[in-house]
This record gives sequence, C-alpha cells and structure tokens, in this order.
Amino acid sequence: MRKPRLLYVPFWATYLFLYAPIVVLVAMSFNSGGSPYSFDGFSLKWYGELAGNAEIRHGLVNTLIVAAGATALSTVLGTLLAVGMARHSRSKALDAIGVLPAVLPDLVLGIGLLMFYVWVKMELGLHSVLLAHAVFGTAFVAAVVRTRLAHADTSLEEASRDLGATPVTTFFRITLPQLAPGIAAGALLAFTLSVDEFVIAFFTSAPTEPTLPIVIYSMVRFGVTPEINALATVLLAVSFTVVIAAQRMTRLTESLS
Amino acid sequence: MTGSTVVSGAAAASRSRRSRALGRLVFLGPGLAYLVAFLLIPLALVLGYTVFRRGRFGGVVYEVTGENFTRLLDPLYLEVVLGSLKLATIATVIALLAGYPTAYLIARLPRRWKTVALVAIVLPFWTNFLVRVYAWIVLLSGPGLLNGALEKIGLGPYELLYGQGAIVTGLVYSYLPLMVLPLYAAIERLDPQLREASANLGASPARTFFSVTLPLTRSGVVTGCLFVFVPSFGNFIVPELLGGGRSIMVGNLIRDQFLKARDWPFGSTLALALLAVLIVLLLLQAWSARRA
Repeated sequence: MRKPRLLYVPFWATYLFLYAPIVVLVAMSFNSGGSPYSFDGFSLKWYGELAGNAEIRHGLVNTLIVAAGATALSTVLGTLLAVGMARHSRSKALDAIGVLPAVLPDLVLGIGLLMFYVWVKMELGLHSVLLAHAVFGTAFVAAVVRTRLAHADTSLEEASRDLGATPVTTFFRITLPQLAPGIAAGALLAFTLSVDEFVIAFFTSAPTEPTLPIVIYSMVRFGVTPEINALATVLLAVSFTVVIAAQRMTRLTESLS
Repeated sequence: MTGSTVVSGAAAASRSRRSRALGRLVFLGPGLAYLVAFLLIPLALVLGYTVFRRGRFGGVVYEVTGENFTRLLDPLYLEVVLGSLKLATIATVIALLAGYPTAYLIARLPRRWKTVALVAIVLPFWTNFLVRVYAWIVLLSGPGLLNGALEKIGLGPYELLYGQGAIVTGLVYSYLPLMVLPLYAAIERLDPQLREASANLGASPARTFFSVTLPLTRSGVVTGCLFVFVPSFGNFIVPELLGGGRSIMVGNLIRDQFLKARDWPFGSTLALALLAVLIVLLLLQAWSARRA
C-alpha cells in the first residue's frame, strides 16, 4: 500500500507539540540560575528546595489521604452497584445515573457539592473533598467492574446456587474472585483520578487543608519559578512510570491468558 | 403429594422473590443512596437556585424570580458565553485537523509501533492538568524560549502569553489525546479494501478520502470533537493561567459568581446555560449516531 508521505508532517508536528513543552520544563528544572528563561548550568538545587517545602508536603499528604479514602469508598460502592445493575436491575434510569458523574462537567459537580455542603451545614475539610471524589470514583469503578461482569461466566454462580450455597457464600466465593481484576483496575483508576483532580477539590476543600493540585495552582498563579519546574518534573516522572508500568502489565497479562 | 408440591413451590417462589428484593436492596441500595445524596441533590440545588434571588450579603433569598435569566441575556454575559463557544470551537477544529492525520498514520503503523505511538499520545494526558498548562507558561511567557527563537529568525518578539491564541493553544494541548483516540478507533475499524476498491475504480486519493474514508469514520470524528469541545467550553483554568485577566470564559464567570461575587443564583443560572449547550450537543451526537 502507498504511504501518504505528506501526512507525516502533521503526524510529527503533533508529537513535537505534545512533547516540546515537557522537554523544556524538565530541562529548566535542572537550571542552576534562578531565571526561567536562560540556562546557566546544571544543578539539582531546586529539588533540594522542593524537598524542604512544607506547603507542598502538606498538600501531598492531604492528597494521599483523600485519594486513599475516596478509593476505598468508591471501590465498595462501585462494585456493589455494578453487580446490582448487572444482576438485579434492568433500569435505564439507573444506568443514566451511573454514567452521569463521568459526563457532567466537573465545574457543575463542584459548585453543586459546595451548595450541598453549605445547605446541610457541613464544615469543609478533607472529608468533604473525599466524599466528593467518591462520587466520580464510584461511577468509574462501577463502569469498569460492569464490563468485567459482562464477560463473566454466570453458569458458575448458578452451579454454586444449585449446589446449595447461600447467596452470600456465592457472592464471596464465586462472584467476587471472578471480578477481582476488574475491581483492582477500577480502584487504580479512582485513585489516579482523585490524585489529579483539581476543580472539584477547589470548590469543596477548606483553605487550610489544600490538596496538592490546589497548592500547585496557587504557586502557578504567581508565575514561573524553578521550584515549580522541579515539582512538575517529579510529577511527570511519577505518572510516566505508572502509565508505562500499567501498559507493560496489561501486555504481560494478555500474553499469559 | 401433588398438593404439597404446589404449596412448597409457592413458598419457594415467594422466598426467591423476597431474596431477589433483598439482593436488590443490598447491591443497589448503598451506591444509589450515595449518588442520590452527593450527585442528584447537588444537581437539583444548582437547578433550583436559578429561580431565586441573591441575598444582600451573599446567600440566597427564597423568592422566585426570573431576573437571573434576563441577566443572562445582558450583552456583557452573552458575549462571554459566545466567546467561549468560539474559543472551544476553534480549539476543536485545530485538534481535529492535527488529530485526524495523526490517528490515520498510527492506524497504519506496524503493530509494535502502533502501541508505542498510542502510549506516546496518552502519556501527557495522564500527567497533572495544571502541570501541562504550566509547561506552556514556561514556553510562552515574557522573553521566554519561543520568543527568543522567533527573535533570532527575525520575527517578534510578540506578546505570546495572555491572549486568545494562548488559550486555544492550551485547550488543544490539554485535550488533543481525547481527539486522537476515538479517531484512531474509527480508522482502525475501517476495511482497507474499501479504499483500494475506490482507488481501483479510478478515484483520486482526495476523492477516496472525502467519499469513503471520512464518511465511514464519522462516528470517530463526532466523538472526538465532543470530547475536546465539552471540557474546553467549561474550562476556567486554561483561560485564567494562559489568558491572563483580560479574556475570560464562561467557566471563569461561574467560578467568580461562587467565590468572588457570591451570587450563587446567577452562578447556577450560568451553569445551567453551560449544561444546556452540552445537552444540545449530546442530542446532536445521538441523532448523528442513529442516522449512521
């Protein structure tokens, strides 16, 4: 087949566009000088400053608490919901509610939750962000587990029931182990989304307890500093490693099955 | 004998009905209760507040009024809504023009390179959104790197940051992967024999593209455009960080009504306008999918 050579121009332009800002950002984080515009020599000093920044550490700890709590809550609620939707309901309205958090603009969910917390007179804090993140977390876990359920073998559950197992035993001994990979993938997704989430946290957090994205936001608003470059580079390295590891793992499991 | 079977059958049926109701309660109850409390009630509050008046010192007065909606038609606000539509549309068109050829070539790469190319598209998307926007501040700001390069070749320096161009750049950068993936999925599904048949019948490559390839990948085009347009339209981070204070979008307006002006009813009305535009787009997509 003839290769359309002209198409390689926008193809490479796309990759250049995607990676040029990242390369510049990473390079400038190793800049020994304080100017964001000229490279004066190699240095790791901004990483040292970063490690000593109490505000960033506070934000990071808050983010991990919120993400861990929201993931735990979403995993339980989402898994139950997925099984319920697949086995106990044929309601289209329920399906719609399940996908709503994924399609609803985060801004609308953020202001709605802020209004809700004020309405029920709940103090804002880490718990309010955690509860907010569990909303989209539950939806994503439910969606991932449901696709797994669609491929699961129902005859095993029937056999378990026919052999006299109670519904509870069947659920814990048959359904849950079958769904485990889906549940793990859903939990990982909920955790990642929560760590990265800014808009909803922005509206539902207390000013004294910011999550890491909120700390970054307040730093970025004051312009370019080498310290943010260093922080951004660390975050890039973490997410690149996670994505590539996840990619490797799926390929490994694919080749095993 | 027969009688007792009937009786125990009826008992079993009622028992299984009860266990089914119990199953529904145990599995659907917690998640549904959660989503009603933390999703549907908040959403109902946003919709409900649109008809109330703001209090003198913030807050809300439960007094039904239509003034939030008439205020929406004030040229001042209408201009922001239309401006956001324009910027989101430009960003979507640019993402489509860059994304289509990229997705097309990825779909025709050998299997091994295909995975690498796709991961490379998604990789920036999985990094923190603020970091990605920040990278463009570094690149565009003041006497920054792009301006230095432009000056060397005799163009510029220009004011690159803080303008509509910077906002569009930031939006395209943020959501380009969401354009490429559905396009790739649609192009990948396309049977290459159709293109060959068209060429064999004497159609020029351009003719083949516009009458075979493009119509058959329309679902990918529609989905990709929606995935870029929807988050662009309601965005408030990109316009704030890359657009400076001068050009704001509807997302900034909503944020300001909640955190600065403390006019929650009007902020809710703006959010409803945002939702209305998105719902119209989703309906158009559903209509287009049904026609296909």
